[in-house]
Amino acid sequence: MVSKKKKKYSSGEGAQFMTRKAALKKLQLSLKDFRRICILKGIYPREPRNRKRAQKGAGGIKTLYHTKDIKFLLHEPIIWKLRELKVYQQKIRRARAQREYGKMRKFLRDYPEINIDHIVKERYPTFVDALRDLDDCLTLCFLFSTFPSLKKVPRDQSFLCRRLTVEFMHAVIAAKALRKVFVSVKGFYYQVEFEGQTITWIVPHHFSFQPQSKDEVDFKIMATFVEFYTMMLGFVNFKLYHSLNLVYPPKLPIGFSSEKDKDLIDEQSYVSERIAAMNISPAKIEGSNEVEELPEIDIFPTEDNDPQKLEEAKLEAEKIKKLKTLFKGLKFYINREVPREPLVFIIRCFGGECSWDKDHFVGATFDETDETIAYQIVDRPSMDKQYLSRYYIQPQWVFDSVNTRTLLPINKYLIGAILPPHLSPFVDTIKDQVYIPPEERELNDPNFKPLNADSSGSEIEEASDEDKEEQNEPDSEDSDAERAITKQYQQEVDEDSSQDEEENDDDDLDPEKKKLAKEKKKSMRVTTGVTHKEHPYQKEIEDKQAFRLREKLVRKKHRNLYKSMKAGQEKRKKEIWLLRKKRRLHDEKIKDEKKAEKRKQKMQALEATSI
Amino acid sequence: MPPLKAGLSLKRKIETENKVESKYEQESSNTKGLEELTLSELNIEGDSTDSEHEGNEEGSDQDQDEVLFKDSDVSSLEDEDVEYASDESSELTDSEAEGESVNSNDNNNAESEDSDTESDAESGIGHTHGSSGSESEKQTLKNKQKKKIAKQKIKTKKPDKDLKEKSQNKKGTTSKGSVDRLADVIEGSSQMQPVEQKDEYESGDTSDEEERRNTVGDIPMWWYNEYPHIGYDLDGRKIVKPPQRDQIDEFLKKCEDPDFWRTVRDPSTGQDVVLSKEDLQLIQRIREGQVPNPDHDEYQPWVEWFSREVLATPLRAFPEHKRSFLPSRSEQLQIAKIVHALKMGWTKTRKQLAAERRDRREKKFYNLWGSTGEGEGRAPHRPVPPPRRPPPPHAESYNPPPEYLLDAKEMKEWNKLKETPWKRKYTFLPTRHASLREVPAYQRFVRERFLRCLDLYLAPRAIKMRLTISASELVPRLPSPRELQPFPTGEALCLRGHAAPVRSVDFEPSGQYIVSGGDDGAVKIWETSTGRCLRTIELGEPVSRVLWSPAPALWLVAAAAGSRLLLLNPGTRIGHHRRAARTDLLLDEPPPQHDVQPDERTASAVKWERVTPEDWAKGIRIAITHFKPIVHVSWHGRGDYVAASVRAEGGRAVCVHQVSRRRSQLPLARLAGQVQAAHFHPARPLLAVATQRAVRLYDLLKQELVRKLRPGAQWISDFAFHPAGDNMLVASYDRKCMWFDLELSPRPYQTLRLHGGAVRALAFHRRYPLFATGGDDAHVVVSHGMVYNDLLQNPLIVPLKQIRGPEVKDELCVLDLRFHPTQPWLLAAGADSTIRLYS
Repeated sequence: MVSKKKKKYSSGEGAQFMTRKAALKKLQLSLKDFRRICILKGIYPREPRNRKRAQKGAGGIKTLYHTKDIKFLLHEPIIWKLRELKVYQQKIRRARAQREYGKMRKFLRDYPEINIDHIVKERYPTFVDALRDLDDCLTLCFLFSTFPSLKKVPRDQSFLCRRLTVEFMHAVIAAKALRKVFVSVKGFYYQVEFEGQTITWIVPHHFSFQPQSKDEVDFKIMATFVEFYTMMLGFVNFKLYHSLNLVYPPKLPIGFSSEKDKDLIDEQSYVSERIAAMNISPAKIEGSNEVEELPEIDIFPTEDNDPQKLEEAKLEAEKIKKLKTLFKGLKFYINREVPREPLVFIIRCFGGECSWDKDHFVGATFDETDETIAYQIVDRPSMDKQYLSRYYIQPQWVFDSVNTRTLLPINKYLIGAILPPHLSPFVDTIKDQVYIPPEERELNDPNFKPLNADSSGSEIEEASDEDKEEQNEPDSEDSDAERAITKQYQQEVDEDSSQDEEENDDDDLDPEKKKLAKEKKKSMRVTTGVTHKEHPYQKEIEDKQAFRLREKLVRKKHRNLYKSMKAGQEKRKKEIWLLRKKRRLHDEKIKDEKKAEKRKQKMQALEATSI
Repeated sequence: MPPLKAGLSLKRKIETENKVESKYEQESSNTKGLEELTLSELNIEGDSTDSEHEGNEEGSDQDQDEVLFKDSDVSSLEDEDVEYASDESSELTDSEAEGESVNSNDNNNAESEDSDTESDAESGIGHTHGSSGSESEKQTLKNKQKKKIAKQKIKTKKPDKDLKEKSQNKKGTTSKGSVDRLADVIEGSSQMQPVEQKDEYESGDTSDEEERRNTVGDIPMWWYNEYPHIGYDLDGRKIVKPPQRDQIDEFLKKCEDPDFWRTVRDPSTGQDVVLSKEDLQLIQRIREGQVPNPDHDEYQPWVEWFSREVLATPLRAFPEHKRSFLPSRSEQLQIAKIVHALKMGWTKTRKQLAAERRDRREKKFYNLWGSTGEGEGRAPHRPVPPPRRPPPPHAESYNPPPEYLLDAKEMKEWNKLKETPWKRKYTFLPTRHASLREVPAYQRFVRERFLRCLDLYLAPRAIKMRLTISASELVPRLPSPRELQPFPTGEALCLRGHAAPVRSVDFEPSGQYIVSGGDDGAVKIWETSTGRCLRTIELGEPVSRVLWSPAPALWLVAAAAGSRLLLLNPGTRIGHHRRAARTDLLLDEPPPQHDVQPDERTASAVKWERVTPEDWAKGIRIAITHFKPIVHVSWHGRGDYVAASVRAEGGRAVCVHQVSRRRSQLPLARLAGQVQAAHFHPARPLLAVATQRAVRLYDLLKQELVRKLRPGAQWISDFAFHPAGDNMLVASYDRKCMWFDLELSPRPYQTLRLHGGAVRALAFHRRYPLFATGGDDAHVVVSHGMVYNDLLQNPLIVPLKQIRGPEVKDELCVLDLRFHPTQPWLLAAGADSTIRLYS
């Protein structure tokens, strides 16, 4: 008996993967349908460990799917729906060809919809899973909510997106879940926290939609994503509203549905009504209590959590609690040139009240003449009529205040002032080798004094400043430390040589003295001891050298890794150095300018007095 | 009568008639005044005739309305049909309108024709009309009127000019607009009709009585053939047949009467009627299949009376029929049916249907995850969550810190990468906006979202382990060098004196003196403490190796110069003079000859020579000449044996000399490869020979190969035993040093890459756990190499210090290294012809 020879690639990695073409054949779907179902079901190609084996010996790079994933798709009921759709489309096509337009229109009207509820449940078995994957969903939905009706994007879809995003924002407002905001050139970044999951999304600036060329953007794909995302966001919204004891769907003043006199309302009024909707709180479920505040964190001494961490967590929780009521009881008035949507959202999230010019936009709650307004947000260089009872600030103050979690002093943000840089709150400062701009360091460290803070100082002061900076830096910045050490090292060498020379000099020049010294030595005497001073950098230099030698003992296995890590470190170091340098140059330039200006003023004053 | 004759007679008759007409014309001028009086009444009459027409039209209109309503009814259920139905209906109405206009035109034409022809048709027509009998009253009335008109016309003949004008007008209408034409027609008729009206008024009442009319009805007239009468008149009196003619009379009449050919008998009255010229013409035209009226123009220009143009005055002034204001009964029924169905909920309105559809289409959200938020789902096989987008850096801010803005140089690079934007540092250009309202929309936003979508469904995913360790964790943790002191840390002495690179150095076993030999052919003796050169022995040939004999009793230095191995006595003035003297004494007399009987093989390789007196004076005591230049020399630990390797292949390359007996041996029968070095094991009777690739250990007693070490280096330069003898360090020209644990394995325990160039020299310290390596790079590396007595503990190797070596010359730096026997001092022979002492 000859045992049957095992076929190649019938097990192992060769059997584990499937090319896209094979998958299409197996599923009996067109590429279009396959793409759609992949998007809906969240199936994606995999990177095999050994490509050649996974491709069953074929060369080139092919899109590989897990065979198990494809089998998983095979059981999907939607596949049958897709096949039925294909037949339905044929009917439509036939009606068109037969010029039975009435029939065709009827078909188009009754175009069957595919229900994908179960896919949401399947892909996200728990609510937290869905929250974790909400980033892309929100970003895309917010983008689509600004879209006009396109060929591939039905009007209903963008309306639905609009509705769902507004509902989500309401949920955020109700839960006070907003944590971070950032105004970037791309749009507004928001970060919220629900159930311990941080969700970050971008809302584009106004007029983000531009016609895209066909090879640049395929709206059909995006629309398919949105089809799934809207379902997902809807369910998430429902769950959020329920957990917040709110009625879902909320009764918003205007309908976001596609039907209600859509032709009559233009885009602008839609936007303004959406913002107006945000200014009122949604209805609560009757008989339900307010969402009770989270109890204080109890500290349970556990083994793995060291007390410091616990302490930190407690601090953080307190900070967040404070952040939630940042704007509580404050009234904001938003001038009409300020983009209202982000500001209303933020202010409402932190308990503030806001209003705007009721002549221009709907939904204003109080007037500009209201004396209880604490802040008026202005984005213009000057204003004619100003009230003494309120601060006139620029919108960046709101964003920066949220990010620092305190009400910042307003003096830098007053009307017409040149704004301080707006920093990203998303940069992880815990990681090493991160450049921290002086502004941020100033926030974190009250002792830190930036270079250009006071220009009154003379050069000596500047020097001292620099020294301070240097002293602050070496821990964090390797480059500076290294420079210092090398400098120190050179100095040391110089000193050593000079000492030698001195000794020699002594030997040569002053034999008498030497004699005297010898005598002194001979005569027994107690002298005050000179403490042996170890050079402060000597140790570091030695360590450095020793480390460099030890580096050579890195195992061969890790050598390349080590090298690349080192290269990365070097690169980052260089970047930091570059940024630091640029900043220094900039500061110096500004200082010079200020000086020149001052001098000029002085001269003018002198001239004036002389005349 | 022949037809020719008949034609003549016809002519005559026409002439006579014309004469009659001219008479009438004269009379008509008198009656003109009356015409104008009756104009208004004529209009009324015209209206009445029109109303008849409209009545018919109304009927049709109503029908049409019904159709429309039906359609609309249907369309209320299905909106698609509306358009088609309405289209059809519009077509219908169009056609009707056309029909109407045609009818009206015809009527008008008929009227005008009548008026024209009636002047000629005097009584015959009246008879025909009257006798037809089957026509309705209206028609008879009309006919009467027409007759009257005709009579009147005969009485009031207008001048010919008027007639001509009329015809001209008719022609003119072709070019005029429909409204004008209508006006003309009305005018024309009004011009004609006053005569008729007047006639009717005066004599219309009597005309009925004058004539007797047959009222038998529509029966075949041959029923009266047997009777003398033929039917009855209105009063019921018999109408007596006119006298009947027999065949002969008939014939006679045929012959006599010229009008016989056009005389026909009226069957209803039985009288003979002579057909007029017009009648004949009419018959002729009918026979030919032409339109009976000769004046009828078949190709008249089309006049569209009922157009969409709104006229100043209505075409038809009669009021709408009552029916048109009442709802249609059938429709009412239909509607009632639908309403009932709606009430009962059997059907739905379109609005409801649309709402339902919308409702169905609207997404329904519910608590998908249940109250607990838990649920079982099936995820894809081993799911890999998509990586999150990187968070935005400071540079992305609308108002970034100034250091993030691109300066001129960076901007230039940015522009340079215009064609390959993905190579740029950022996907966006960091820009500073003075205020929020100045921030424009980001152009690439949609594109970026799209790319993200592509990534999500198209990019292959794999779980990659991210290293959380830092780079410093890859570096082995070793004790700090400070804890491992003492070791040489810096240069203490620099011995200058050689004129060429110093090839080899060595300490005197007590460490008091240093011997060195270089390419200048000199062997120099130095004092360690002061660095003074005590003696120089010129050998004439480049010295490749000098070694102080470890034998405590002897005062001897082995020096390899070319192919000669010389044993030198540094001199009595240096060091212990007694020892030197004793050495001299010992070496002075050669051993007995019988003791030195080399075999042939050895003799071919080595030759012991007597030293000439000059050489003796120099200090050379013994010279051993080899057959090839000497590469390496090493003493046995006792100081009696010295192993010399020569630059040759095969067994003869390694030679062991015994100084006491002045004897040589070739321990190896054969050897593969060139010998690099040969050393005695410090404790056991082993000889280690390094060839280019391997180090072999031979047992000298058993005369066998004990072990072959493969360091994995391309070219071994030198090697050294650890003083304890269990470990060995091999240096190679490919920048590596290999530490071997001889007990452990023939593979290196650790490979050290401490140098940037070839490693040429290495040395172990005899007392401290130190070893040093040196080579072509400008550094000497001192390392800690601790070997523990506990066999289970691996040796600890810690590089301690990188000392700056001698200067590099001709790409050579350190040629030899030697540790002080007792102190942690290191001696290095430099290619820059200096010797350096590090302490």
